[in-house]
Amino acid sequence: MCTVCGCGDAKASIESADHHHDHGDHHHHHHHHAHGDDHSHDHGGHHHHGHGHDHPHHHGHDDHDHRHPHDHHHAHGAADIDCSANPAGQEVAGLSSGRIIQIERDILGKNDRLAAENRARFAAQDVLAFNFVSSPGAGKTSLLVRAVTDLKQSRPVAVIEGDQQTSNDAERIRATGVPAIQINTGKGCHLDAAMVGEAYGRLPPLRGGLLFIENVGNLVCPAAFDLGEACKIVVFSTTEGEDKPLKYPDMFAASALMLINKIDLAPVLDFDLAQTIEYARRVNPRIEVLTMSAKTGEGFSAFYAWIRKQADRMRASALGAVQG
Amino acid sequence: MHEMALCEGIVEIIENEARKGAFAKVKTVWLEIGALSHVAPEALHFCFEAVTANTIAKGAALEIIEQKGSAWCLACSRSVEIAQRYQPCPACGSHQLQVTGGEDMRVKELEVE
Repeated sequence: MCTVCGCGDAKASIESADHHHDHGDHHHHHHHHAHGDDHSHDHGGHHHHGHGHDHPHHHGHDDHDHRHPHDHHHAHGAADIDCSANPAGQEVAGLSSGRIIQIERDILGKNDRLAAENRARFAAQDVLAFNFVSSPGAGKTSLLVRAVTDLKQSRPVAVIEGDQQTSNDAERIRATGVPAIQINTGKGCHLDAAMVGEAYGRLPPLRGGLLFIENVGNLVCPAAFDLGEACKIVVFSTTEGEDKPLKYPDMFAASALMLINKIDLAPVLDFDLAQTIEYARRVNPRIEVLTMSAKTGEGFSAFYAWIRKQADRMRASALGAVQG
Repeated sequence: MHEMALCEGIVEIIENEARKGAFAKVKTVWLEIGALSHVAPEALHFCFEAVTANTIAKGAALEIIEQKGSAWCLACSRSVEIAQRYQPCPACGSHQLQVTGGEDMRVKELEVE
């Protein structure tokens, strides 16, 4: 079972660079190999000690007493692994023989570490990566098809596509001449950092370029999974209703930019732009907003200017890191 | 259902601890889940049983400690408690809130034997 995405082994697959072959088994071998590597250096005693040391007295004794009946086992001065050791090794009559182990580990810790590895790879290769998220049908792929067609003139561009099934989206991107790798998540509802790391390795070199990751169409699950991107971009379309940011606040809170697509339909729909932006900023006061139409091309030059601004910002911070 | 993936992560953390801590059975798993995190506790309960079926955590009780959401209000410069991301500052009504806590999803403790 794939431990990060929760999909079955036989279900998730990533296209190979040579996308005419079916390398399903091979991919998954790689995928899990990456997981194994993570284990070996991540779960060593050293890491755990450090973590335990940071949080040994996170909660009050009263809190403990409330939650479980074994407060007598707690030796709060003890190290990280077993705070419940009974020095005499004896059981107290009438009480459970269970012992309490303090762990304090983030459930998403492994994904976050793999995302940090992706981020370091992108930075080392001067690649600016964006994670596109939206409901199904908001127009992510149409928007990307137009954007990569324009942007490939000035710099290397590549796309990683995530869908439950089919390579239709990657094929639409490849029709523009831009390299694309399709990840099929099978039963999975989101991309994770391991999948993106694997797919990135299958793309041609992208030094100094742009990587667009199109997540699975889903306004819920992808919000939780960092892929190593510079930021998430949420695509919202005018057909979806102004209150979507309130209905799905996590995704709007996690995104730096909201692209309001299908703006050409706004007059037909009585779409209230100001209300939409107001709702989005209730959830995320700092979210930036651009309106566009993948159909007419409206708003794309502003989007490219925004990308250039992000690229400048990334280079400035990389320079700062070198000098600092 | 990313709760399935989260439960897989929980089981993996437990299995790693079992390797280090030499225990054979997990009786209780305590999670700390923030009100503003990306998970619904009831969905976790639903998935946990299914995901742990053939693992060391089979039959373990899942206890969720809910952590309240907190934010810094930029308008009235104080720390406030919030239950949802879109909620205004309970003191002044502003939406200029920066979330400061309640986003964690963490395996806190295990009761083992």
